[in-house]
Formats: sequence, C-alpha cells, structure tokens
Amino acid sequence: MNHWLILPILIPAVTAPLLMITARFDMLLSRVFCVGANVAQVIVALILVQALSVSGPDTYDLGGWVAPYGIELTADLWTAMFLLLAAVLGVVVSIAAMDGEDERGRYFHALFLFQMMGINGAFLTGDLFNLFVFFEVMLLASYGLMVHGGGTGRLRAGVQFVVINLVGSTLFLIGVSLVYGACGSLNLQDVAARAAAIPLGNQNAMLTGIALMIGVFAVKSAVVPFHVWLPATYREGPPIVTALFSVTSKVGVYAILRLGLALEMWDVESPFHVIAWWMMPLALATSIIGGLGALGSKRLGEMAGYAVIASMGTILIGVAVATREALVAAHYYLLHSTLAGAGLFLIVALVQENRGQARDAIRPAAWKRRSGLIGSGYFCAAVAMVGLPPLSGFIGKILLLSSLSDSPWWLWSWSVVLGTSLLMLVGMTRSGIIVFWSSESTEASPRRGPRGVLTLVAVGCLAAILIAMTISAAAFLQFLDQAIGHLLKLAS
Amino acid sequence: MEWIIASAIGMITATGVFLLLRPRTFPVILGLVVLTYAVNLFVFSMGRLAVDQPAVIREDAIEYTDPLPQALVLTAIVISFGTTAFAVVLALRAYLESGDDHVDVWPSEDDGAEDAI
Repeated sequence: MNHWLILPILIPAVTAPLLMITARFDMLLSRVFCVGANVAQVIVALILVQALSVSGPDTYDLGGWVAPYGIELTADLWTAMFLLLAAVLGVVVSIAAMDGEDERGRYFHALFLFQMMGINGAFLTGDLFNLFVFFEVMLLASYGLMVHGGGTGRLRAGVQFVVINLVGSTLFLIGVSLVYGACGSLNLQDVAARAAAIPLGNQNAMLTGIALMIGVFAVKSAVVPFHVWLPATYREGPPIVTALFSVTSKVGVYAILRLGLALEMWDVESPFHVIAWWMMPLALATSIIGGLGALGSKRLGEMAGYAVIASMGTILIGVAVATREALVAAHYYLLHSTLAGAGLFLIVALVQENRGQARDAIRPAAWKRRSGLIGSGYFCAAVAMVGLPPLSGFIGKILLLSSLSDSPWWLWSWSVVLGTSLLMLVGMTRSGIIVFWSSESTEASPRRGPRGVLTLVAVGCLAAILIAMTISAAAFLQFLDQAIGHLLKLAS
Repeated sequence: MEWIIASAIGMITATGVFLLLRPRTFPVILGLVVLTYAVNLFVFSMGRLAVDQPAVIREDAIEYTDPLPQALVLTAIVISFGTTAFAVVLALRAYLESGDDHVDVWPSEDDGAEDAI
C-alpha cells in the first residue's frame, strides 16, 4: 500500500480541470501548468521505479476496499517503466507544443493532461472494467486532440477515428461482460484464478470475451488487420499530437501482455493458447504491411504512421514468443521505437511548419524557411526508426533476432524483420531525398532559420535519450531484465 | 425470458451493425447508438436474469439479482452518452466544413492540390 501509486492518475486528474476553470485564456499559465504536471509525473515515475525495484510488486486498494470487492491498482517495476516512458514523452511533447500548436484551438493542455491520466490509469489498474473506463478517458481526450486545430481533412479523418474507436469500445464492453458472466469477477488476478477453475469445455464464453478484449487492444496498437484507422489518422492529425499517440498505441501492447500473462495464454495447455498462437502470424503481417506502407506513402506523416505500424509488428514478434529474453528485447525495442517514432512525428511537424503550400507531401516543392537542422533531425529519426547502427534500434533488433533463434518461427521472423528494415530504409531514404534535397527549384530564395525552435529542442532531447540508451545499453537491459522478471513473477 | 432477451439483443445488434456500415455519417452514428443499447442490455443480462429479486441485502430475501452489472451499465451508459454527443458534434462540423457527409477520407484532400506538379 504505497500511496505514490495513485499520484500518476491524480496529478493530471487535478491539474486538467483546474486548467479548464482558471487558465482557459491565459496561455502562459496553461503552458507552465501543463509542463509542470508532466515534470511532476516524471518525478513520481522515477520514485516509483526506485521504490518498486526494492519492494517488488505492490497494490493499492482504492477507498480501502480489499480486492476483489474493491478496485485495486497494481504496479510492479514493469508498470513503473511504462509510466516513466509516458511521462518523459509527455514532457517532451508538451515542450514541443509550445511552439504554437497549442494556440490553434482551446483546451489543448487540459486534453493533453486528460490523455496522460487515461494512459497512466490504464497502466496502473488491476480491474478489467476500470481498464475500460481509463481507455475511454484516454480515447475521449485523444478524439479532442486528434481534431485539434480543425481543417477539412482532419475533421473527416477524425470522424473515422472516432467511429472505429467507439466500435472498439463497444466490443471491449461485450468482452468484459462476457468475462464477468463466465467467471463472476472483474479483478484481473481473481479472473485468472477463477478462469483456471472453469471446467474444460465450458470455456467458450470466457474465451470469446478474452479474444474480444485482445482484439480491441490490437485495434489500439494497430495490429494488422485492425490497423486501417492508423494511416489516415496519422496523416491528417496534428503531428505534435501523433507524437504523443506513439505511446498511446503502446497501451495496447501493455494490456495484451498484462491480460495474456495473467491467464497464462502462452502456455500450450491453456484454453486461451489459440489467441497467443495467432499473435505471431499477425505480428509478421503487421511488420510487412508497415514496411510496404512506408514505401508507398504520399505524405511524411503517413509514412511515419506506417513506420509506427512496422515497429509495432517487431515488438509483437517478441511478445508472441514471450520468453524472458524475447520480452526483454521487445521492451528495449519498444522504449526505443516509442521515442524514435515521437521524434519522427516532431520532425513532420517541423516540415509542415517550414515548408510552403506542400506541407509534408512527399514531392519536390519549395521551402519557406530552410534549416539544415530539420534535415539532420530527419536523418537521425530515420536511422533510429529503421534500426540502423549506431542508434539503439539496431541493438533492439539484434537482441530480438538472437532471442528468437530457438523459436520455431525463427526463419519467418528473421526474414520479415530484416526485410521490413530494408523496405523502411528504401522508403525513408526516398522520402528524405525528395523532401529535403529535390526542393531547391524555387525562384524565391527561402529565409534561413527555421520556425519551431522548441520542437527542435524536443527532438534533441529525444535524440539524447536514444544515445544514452545506446551507450549504456547494458544498464538498460539489466533494468529491463528485472522489470520483465516482475512481469513474469520470477524471483529476481 | 432468456429467449426473448437474447433475440432482442441479437436483433438490435444486427440493426446497429447494418447502420454502421452505411456510407454517410448520420446513419453511422445512429448505428453506434443502437449498438450501445444492445451492449447495455447484454452487460445487464450477464449478471443472469432474475425476476422480482432485490439487488440489495434484505433479511427476508432468499435470492438476489446481481447488482454489479447494473452499476456497470450505469457507467457504460454515461460514457456512451458522452462519446455519442462528441461524435455527433464532430460529424456535424466535418459536414459543415467539407459540405459532404461521406465517411470516407480522400487522401490529398488537404494537400495543397493547387500546388501539385
């Protein structure tokens, strides 16, 4: 019963309404509070990492009601790691948003903090219905953020995004109630215990419910064939916001692992093993579709979206095997790809801001303001996203591939991961050449000095973290090994 | 009783799915609304159907109806109410800005097409 556990939910939950009431028209105050709340979340997450690595997994009974009667929050080192990732990204993105994106519509900061609240809550909760509620908090905020600033294309893509996610929520609710109907509990640990007690042959309602829920998580994390919403959303949405979405999609992976490991889905004897079996083919398909999409995109934002899909496929290959080594590698790659993906989206924001009419379209066009920094930033983000040395994506992919060497799928996953990297390398090189090098054919010479200094600073922060992850990879991996040990409940 | 509830949920769901697959936003949102009705009934029925039974503890009661799904339904109704309201406003704005209420998104719509080579 560590009271720090509730703070990642409380901080944004208190700050956001406060911002809506008091600071609606005061941009400076809003910005200070938004960045301040995110920094506070980083501090809390660091304290939790420290505390949980000493104490081991911890629970927090809301209102003093003991689970399974009350709702409990559960956290281990693995959860704290995700909290830290979300909070760090929150700080970086909220700094980048100060370049003017937050002035294009009202309530940006409040929505941003509500989104953080939903993400943190989804990480922390140990109750399935509560997970649904936090998903809704996260999604409602993301609807608002996705159409932030307006514009025809954005609103129309927003309608699709909202409708698909609402259908997802409906299926989530059906899944949760099926699980409740089958085993009479909603607390995750309790559900796992009771599911094991359901006699064989009576498992169908439970299996359907779990499959529906995993399907909804797959929609969130854009796993093929549930990825269709992502390219349009990431193409039309504000890139600053899609940078934050790169952690939202990891909530899906988190929930799949949380639910799947509690139910021992990867155990061949388990009645739920069929779901885990499907994960590998879908992960491979996700990688391939992501790579092909990156090759054929017409806008940089869309290409970044497909790159996120491809990296999600790579992460899921590790998740589908779910050995300790594979999970450590997948999580190292997850941390890396979330930060690198966010960096790529911030670069897209810079390109949209500094290029003329063409914004981020992948075709030769004039630039309004030029800067070598944007091009260099794109180069770094592309190297990170593809997984080339020297950045951490390379280490992540190597670790993942070597952890797969005794899996029956090793040939498939090796060829898909390497093939996808090649596709993405070609796609990103092509877009980079067209956007950054083929654009000089303009009569009016562009002004020097880019707009969006803070976004550049944010990209620099992300690059610094990636470099730190590369240099002290051993320390990171040791930490991840301990976190995954908590996740798998091994003595660590 | 079970038969009636089950077929009612089935029919409402079918209606919702049909409406959801229409090409324009108004039927799609109606479909979402209908679908949430079906889901609310479904959540409700997952506590097992009990006629004329109390949901709170009483001394003279022999059997109870499950109170938890009722609380869950209440939460689900509130959430779906909020999201539906948002979807309606969003669809309306998308319609007013683009003059068209098709659900499809055409790429390069907002692409600076006049600038195309």
